[in-house]
Amino acid sequence: MPEEAGAGEVIELEIPARAEFVALARLVVSALAASDSNLADERIDDLKLAVSEACTNAIEAHDAAGSDERVLLRCRTDDDSLEICVEDRGHGFDPSQLPDHPPVTDPDRLKFERGLGIPLIRALVDEVEFSPTGHGTAVRLVMRNGANGAR
Amino acid sequence: MDLGLDVEERDGYAVLSVRGEVDVYTAPRFRERLIELVGEGRHRIIVDLEGVDFLDSTGLGVLVGGLKRLRSHDGDLLLVCTQSRILKVFEITGLTKVFSIFDSVDAAVGGDSDGEGKII
Repeated sequence: MPEEAGAGEVIELEIPARAEFVALARLVVSALAASDSNLADERIDDLKLAVSEACTNAIEAHDAAGSDERVLLRCRTDDDSLEICVEDRGHGFDPSQLPDHPPVTDPDRLKFERGLGIPLIRALVDEVEFSPTGHGTAVRLVMRNGANGAR
Repeated sequence: MDLGLDVEERDGYAVLSVRGEVDVYTAPRFRERLIELVGEGRHRIIVDLEGVDFLDSTGLGVLVGGLKRLRSHDGDLLLVCTQSRILKVFEITGLTKVFSIFDSVDAAVGGDSDGEGKII
């Protein structure tokens, strides 16, 4: 009998760096979270959204760099957590250099149609880390079993 | 992945009902449809998100852009949404303070005068 993917297994998914494949990344991650973690449905939705944001950023980074390489998702589960790492091969970026949005009550807030992805990721997952890989950026998203989730 | 974008007329509002997943792939069609409506002189628009299964920051960007465009024409963009997982995206980003969100199209059509049915 084939062994089920279980605790400690690493699953890798490579997607072409094109917008239509972000839905596939979401589908794979949410299916994995549903089968191999104890995350509640609401937290799986949070993870799905965070993965979507990270993949969107990765694809935009590839686009900006003119790279036709693939985006790599590495998923790892253990007893305590589910970790998804999204690696791009773009030019890299420093999340601490992102501009702050004006307060929502400021009319200038409407000038910001972009830049909401990183704040969403930070709010949705239990742990996030952006790190340069030498070829691009790796975004590590961690959801812990039993954590309460997004505020 | 299909994105449903149906428009109907309701008491002076164009109601744009969105169905499916709004992400980096589908958002451009959503943006184009909103821009078309504004170009047709529809400056009071209700976007009904009840049929939306997924919405990320790209979708939020389309809505923010639409609101900005409509306000520049003295119009407005109202939202209909009761799904907690979609509302959460607005809450986290603080956009609940930017948009008027109603629990039904009926409430949105009548709600900007009496506030009834306005959930946020």
